[in-house]
Amino acid sequence: MDLTLKVWRQKNREDKGGLETYKVTGISENSSFLEMLDVMNEHLIMEGTEPVAFDHDCREGICGSCSLYINGEAHGPDRKVTTCQLHMRMFEDGETIYVEPWRSASMPVVKDLIVDRSSFERIQQSGGFVSVNTSGNTQDANALPIPKMNADKAFDVAACIGCGACVATCKNSSAMLFVAAKVSQFAYLPQGQLERKQRVLNMVEQMDKEGFGNCTNTGACEVECPKSISIEYIAKMNREYLSASITSEN
Amino acid sequence: MSTKLSSSSVGRKVLMALSGFFLLFFLAQHFVINLFSVVSEDTFNEVSHFMGTNSLVQFVLQPVLLFGVLFHLGMGMYLESKNRAARPIKYALDKPSENSNWMSRNMLITGIMIMLFLGLHFYDFWLPEIKDKFIDGKWDDPTKYFPHLQHKFQDLTRVIIYCISFVFLGLHLSHGFQSAFQSAGFNHNKYTPLIKKLGTLYAILIPVGFVIIALFHYFTQL
Repeated sequence: MDLTLKVWRQKNREDKGGLETYKVTGISENSSFLEMLDVMNEHLIMEGTEPVAFDHDCREGICGSCSLYINGEAHGPDRKVTTCQLHMRMFEDGETIYVEPWRSASMPVVKDLIVDRSSFERIQQSGGFVSVNTSGNTQDANALPIPKMNADKAFDVAACIGCGACVATCKNSSAMLFVAAKVSQFAYLPQGQLERKQRVLNMVEQMDKEGFGNCTNTGACEVECPKSISIEYIAKMNREYLSASITSEN
Repeated sequence: MSTKLSSSSVGRKVLMALSGFFLLFFLAQHFVINLFSVVSEDTFNEVSHFMGTNSLVQFVLQPVLLFGVLFHLGMGMYLESKNRAARPIKYALDKPSENSNWMSRNMLITGIMIMLFLGLHFYDFWLPEIKDKFIDGKWDDPTKYFPHLQHKFQDLTRVIIYCISFVFLGLHLSHGFQSAFQSAGFNHNKYTPLIKKLGTLYAILIPVGFVIIALFHYFTQL
């Protein structure tokens, strides 16, 4: 496949940045999108041009590192995949492909296609954990009875890899699907009950501090989420938040 | 840690939903009253006179309604400004239609169109009513409502503007109805599909009903 790429280049946080056009040739339709970018970078290095910086790690869809807005969609035109799982057969030979970083004031571009997602880390630190001593004295998992449905729902949301596609695709740059996943994951399990109220209050407060937008229920996030996390969990978070706000003592 | 509902993103969503529920309820009762104008002139006059003179409606529900409308508009504008600030740099290529519908993405546009219509609607019906009662002191004319309605719907331009406005209302409702439930935290495997169907039905029946009533009064006076 021969392709024309319009790639966002930006030297650093302060640089204005802009789209650069590169040609890539001889790309296998069975290669992944990141492998295609590797080929492009090899050519750039041989030409003496600085290669394009992009995030990647596991390349099997579980780390949440890759984060590209490809041809107007988070993680590209395929569904339920991350960018590393996106195959070039999803594109036409001769096509022009736009490759951009996530766009959000809360996830500023660090360089080229890499964005700073530490806002997610700070939200997670504000409440996305359970205070359980795991140093060798954890009890048997079967000692705590958990309804199958609750276990399934907790597992569904625990699949969130924190890639940020929900923020990138939301017209409001809202992080509610991410926060809803992290809140719900513990709200369904007995281990999460002790900090249940404070968790949702703290995580929503931190989300607001980070400057993410508000959810307007377009549902775009659940469509683009590589782990298919449903917006039913945003409603769950809203219930958790309302309940905690009304019943908390401060 | 502050738990003020009105100052958090989730709390504001819930308040938006609650004001939306209130306006949905108001719209349904407004529609039913308008329907009387097609069925019987006397009944329409009677119901309108009751709504126009009852103390509870005039001095409690009417201010609450005004507040509800202005709150819904104001909060919508405020949230939109926050949302725009959350993405200062736009994508060079964006395909939002691949993952969401037009109505859900343009609630502000349809909402503003509805508010512009409300300006005309208030000018047509609400302001003359306020003038009659609170400036001229005329509270005791139970037969004025139907002729006033007929007079307004003699004008073709006005009827067309009303009909177009109801299209925007339908588009707004088609997302707003089910969105209000979602924002209020109500999403359930068993009931949400039904709520979505009800929302679609509501978003079609109410605006189409208003259009039919407007056209009925225009054509019956030709």
